[in-house]
Amino acid sequence: MKSEILKITENRALTKDIYKMSLFGAEKPLPGNFLELTVPGCFLNRPFGVAGYSDGTTEIYYRVLGEGTKKMTEMPVGTEVHALTGLGNSFDVTGVTKPLIVSGGLGFAPLKYLAECFEERGISPVFVAGFKSSADVVRFGGVFERLPVAVATDDGSSGYHGNVVDYVKEHAVEYDRYYACGPMPMLKGMAAAFKGGQLSLEARMGCGFGACMGCSIQTVSGPKRVCKEGPVFYSEEVIFGDR
Amino acid sequence: MTVKNIPDTRITLFGNTMDNPVIPASGTFGFGYGFTEWFDISILGSIALKGTTLEARYGNPLPRIAECPAGMINAIGLQNPGAVAVRDVELKKLAAVYPKKVIANVGGHSFREYTEASRILSGAEEVFAIELNVSCPNVKGGGMAFGLDPAVLEELTAAVKEVSEKPVVVKLSPNVTDITVLAKAAERGGADGLSLINTLVGMRIDLNSARPIISVKRGGYSGPGVFPVAINAVYNTREAVNLPIIGMGGIMNAENVIEMMYAGADAVMVGTLNLIDPLGSKKIIEDLPGVMERLGIDKLTDIVGRAHR
Repeated sequence: MKSEILKITENRALTKDIYKMSLFGAEKPLPGNFLELTVPGCFLNRPFGVAGYSDGTTEIYYRVLGEGTKKMTEMPVGTEVHALTGLGNSFDVTGVTKPLIVSGGLGFAPLKYLAECFEERGISPVFVAGFKSSADVVRFGGVFERLPVAVATDDGSSGYHGNVVDYVKEHAVEYDRYYACGPMPMLKGMAAAFKGGQLSLEARMGCGFGACMGCSIQTVSGPKRVCKEGPVFYSEEVIFGDR
Repeated sequence: MTVKNIPDTRITLFGNTMDNPVIPASGTFGFGYGFTEWFDISILGSIALKGTTLEARYGNPLPRIAECPAGMINAIGLQNPGAVAVRDVELKKLAAVYPKKVIANVGGHSFREYTEASRILSGAEEVFAIELNVSCPNVKGGGMAFGLDPAVLEELTAAVKEVSEKPVVVKLSPNVTDITVLAKAAERGGADGLSLINTLVGMRIDLNSARPIISVKRGGYSGPGVFPVAINAVYNTREAVNLPIIGMGGIMNAENVIEMMYAGADAVMVGTLNLIDPLGSKKIIEDLPGVMERLGIDKLTDIVGRAHR
């Protein structure tokens, strides 16, 4: 964990509301780590999963949802921003030789970096990326240029027709560990259908480094903070609530 | 040759002399040891521990946080591992990295919960004072309820005083018509000191869903937006009672510490700042001597209540 100043080297729209930002200056994070950006004019820092890293440059993706992300779109290349880096735990990759990676929507971000880390070690994961429709696939197509990805769409307009959970079921994908990130219902579905996985969770956070208890979830071994003991949890330990 | 004096930031609270008056506020610093990843926490004057109840609590459902223009709303709901675990596990972890005495913060739903948890925590050698959280807005049927009725507050303070092995500080709620009425009630109950202000009850509503953002609808608003409210509350309380006061509410820098002490605080707690800048309390401690020098202050204890002239 480090408090530092990073320089924006890229900040461009992939779609109307999805942006890619590259920031220079942080040390190499572990796959699964996230960072918090200080957005001038906003009180709380914003958490983003690390989606890629090379030569000192960290890559993140963000959806314009509110005031903070709107302000982020207006930050020009060259802007120096305060960031807390190296936050959260990381994916457990020890001994894994046949990884399966499953994403829903923008949940591909931390998994893309995980997949790249596997590739670096000569291991090619099976990567299933779920999207709403083909329009999304076109938008994100370029993101995965270094990775072979199987696509599933809710409306069947591109790739497999259905959700990623059904894809994995139907194709009986073999794996020794799976990694998933996406909307809560998808993660719940994965955890219910398959054992031996890790889930990267998203939460509305206060601090992002374990101080405020704003993002605690229930697990089989008691409450855990998404920002500190997480964001990566074993699929067997998460107790899924109603919200 | 004249020797330039280094400004004296030391203060004494209940016989405990502290290097400086800066205490991270309860609920913004966990049990302290987590912050060693950011800086050497031994520079802190003291630390107020996360609010602790007799039994372990998970707290409220998520979301527990809502952002505001000059602060945030939280509704954690007193998540903590329970008084015995705090005494035997959390305090030991902290003692391994922090050699100074700390303040234990106690919450509850009943007199018995308050007194039992206070008895357990006040027995710990690392604890030099108990802070009674009678003003937490985030716990149903408890917490703040004890801090709004002067008669109840007086009785609760007296009950905890009876069992506590350490001085008792009552943390006052700003969600009242006149905070000095509650300050006097705590004083009558035998409080050794007061800390103020706790958070202000607030709510934010999501524009898309048209529902409150916080799962339990409302929570406690804190941050720089409440600083003027805190200054006024400390100023008024200073005139009403003769107890030591720990001032807090939106302190963001060393200048705010001086202002809070001018208003009448003997020490200060820094809260929400810790959540947006993990190095915030450290920066305040480092900046304090420089700000004192600039303002011609040799000794911090000289300025307590200076605004009352």
